Amino acid sequence: MIKRSTFKSPVLPYLLILPQVVITLTFFYWPAVQGLIQSFLLSDPFGQRSKFVWFYNYIELFTDPLYLKSILITFTFSIAVASVSICLGLFIATMANRALRATALVRTLLIWPYAVAPAISGILWLFLLHPSYGVVALGINKWLGLNWNPVLNGTDAMVMITMASAWKQISYNFVFFMAGLQAVPKSLIEAAAIDGASPLKRFWAITFPLLSPTFFFLSVMNIIYSFFETFGVIHTVTQGGPGGSTNILVYKVYQDGFVGLNLGSSSAQSVVLMSLIILITVLQFRYVEKKVQYSG
Amino acid sequence: MRLSRMCIVVFVGICLAIPAAVVAEPVTINWWHAMRSARGKVVDTMIEEFNKSQSEYVVVGINKGNYDETMNAGVAAFRAKKQPHILQVFEVGTQTMMQSGAVYPVHKLMSDTGHDIKWSNYLQAVLSYYMDAGGNLMSMPFNSSTPIMYYNVDMFKKAGIEPLSKIDPITWDELGDITKKLVEADIAPSGMVTAWQSWTQIENYSAIHNIPFASQANGYESMDCELLINNEQVVKHIQRLSDWAKDKRFMYGGQKYQGPKAEFIAQNAAVYMDSVSGIAKLKKAVKDFKWDAAPLPVEASMKSPQNSIIGGASLWVLNGHSDKEYEGVAAFLNFLANNEMQSYWHKETGYFPITIDAYNDLKGKGYYDENPLQTVGIDQLNRAVPTTISRGLRLGYFVQIRNIINEELELVWNGKKSPQEALDSAAERSNVQLKTFAKTYK
Repeated sequence: MIKRSTFKSPVLPYLLILPQVVITLTFFYWPAVQGLIQSFLLSDPFGQRSKFVWFYNYIELFTDPLYLKSILITFTFSIAVASVSICLGLFIATMANRALRATALVRTLLIWPYAVAPAISGILWLFLLHPSYGVVALGINKWLGLNWNPVLNGTDAMVMITMASAWKQISYNFVFFMAGLQAVPKSLIEAAAIDGASPLKRFWAITFPLLSPTFFFLSVMNIIYSFFETFGVIHTVTQGGPGGSTNILVYKVYQDGFVGLNLGSSSAQSVVLMSLIILITVLQFRYVEKKVQYSG
Repeated sequence: MRLSRMCIVVFVGICLAIPAAVVAEPVTINWWHAMRSARGKVVDTMIEEFNKSQSEYVVVGINKGNYDETMNAGVAAFRAKKQPHILQVFEVGTQTMMQSGAVYPVHKLMSDTGHDIKWSNYLQAVLSYYMDAGGNLMSMPFNSSTPIMYYNVDMFKKAGIEPLSKIDPITWDELGDITKKLVEADIAPSGMVTAWQSWTQIENYSAIHNIPFASQANGYESMDCELLINNEQVVKHIQRLSDWAKDKRFMYGGQKYQGPKAEFIAQNAAVYMDSVSGIAKLKKAVKDFKWDAAPLPVEASMKSPQNSIIGGASLWVLNGHSDKEYEGVAAFLNFLANNEMQSYWHKETGYFPITIDAYNDLKGKGYYDENPLQTVGIDQLNRAVPTTISRGLRLGYFVQIRNIINEELELVWNGKKSPQEALDSAAERSNVQLKTFAKTYK
């Protein structure tokens, strides 16, 4: 029997969820609907005239080879950011989960970078890696003999923004993996150890499957993060360049809408972006979640 | 008891309200601008001067962030019917403002309010950027600059190169020889860098050589225009820079000014092209070498080069206010154009004085003998009467177009595209933007 508690008054429950519903409607649905409407219009920024143009904005978008390239860039970027930050987050969490002398201190230090805003993180990495004044960049070019130049080379720029974006997300992932690891029953690990399983074997056979819900959750969160919140990094570090090679979708929305004042195209792009993220999340829930074990 | 207390409250309230109503309040004029830090302080001082000079109006200046943010704030405020009287908009937003139907053209404002302004007294190359096809001024020029060429005097001396003239431009071939000498003798790690590549190397290059940037007189005559930057001369110019990039005579330092400026200051490049506003920045930052400025180079075939074009921003008067307020706006704009304000603005920021009077006034006082660097840009701007091609650019979605040009040029610099391919594609992509813009306003 599941224990249920019911409200006596039929009105009270609705009243209680009202604030949340109002907030969601005003800040999520209303702008989304506005964006959807705007995407079918061509209008001047001052709102003096607007014209219904059916799918003109969408057709212009999808016949632009650079927009398709921007979608590809976004996927490459978000997969890179998610895998780098999840792998490193997991690695650090596994290391930190052992009995250390200053556990609390180490953990706190590892969580810290999460408090850094993406824009600041971008600037910090730029100071390290800018070809003209970056300390690390000068070192790379001098001692490794590489021609590191993110101002001109698209791949270098991509590597730079991936590092800047993944860096602070590692802390976020670390926190969740840490919590996940502590929930893994010690008895299982010990039993396996007595049976002679190597540390690596123990990790893959026991810890990893038990971490799969965390893993799943983080993959969704990291992809959403890299789709949207990395705006600050791109804006401060590359502004989408060089040659459009780091122009991810959300940055293009900003460029065309906020800076360029092409509201129709920008809204159409937002709608595409919204659909993409819905699609990805649905796919993740349908196919990846099936493989997730929620309990040992 | 309670009633009488209420009476007292009401009475006191009325007493407090009366003086405000009886004594005529000065009319408030709101000005939203994008001038921050040092420039912001200069703007504040100018506003203060105006407010002190009369008692009818009070101008309130508010900084709304950078150019994009200021324009957006203006747009949002206009939609909410809370727009300021004056909005500062950068030069690339000119077409959007002009077509918006939200502005009160400055020439009309000035004649409606009875200000008889001698427009011929203004710097024509500055005015023409903000005029409509019929030659009517739509917005008041405020901060205007133009690109010039800075060079490292010490490096030039070391290589035995004579200092350059401040009036007569050298040719691009000569610049090629100079940078070759500097690089080959290992005096400079690379030859030249350029800030704002679209503005200096394509927009200004086209204007100086009287090459159309876009059809329909650079968009002045109709919105149905197309970019013409994939013409032979511009392609050849970009080809030259791309060739120079291979033997280090040219170095790419980024789209804006920060990167290229850093290269010049670090003496990684001997020649640096940027706006005249760079004078103040270099004066502050360069300590360990001597530098000077010269006009931008021209092609040897161009015997009498045209004027360069400006960048910067102008002041737009927005619709929807009372006549009384517009009188204040006109008085303020007129005040800003007086000699004293213009010379103060010019001296403090390096932006051009917008009237010939103010320029002559400064000249008479010997300002340019003490600051010869400041004449380079002005002379370059005034060396010819602007033609329909060199007067400016009037393009919709100009921000996106500049972005496109930046992107395509970067693909040339990193060797992914040939100059012809890149400029063809820049023109093609920009034309889509122009088409959409025209469709919006038809």
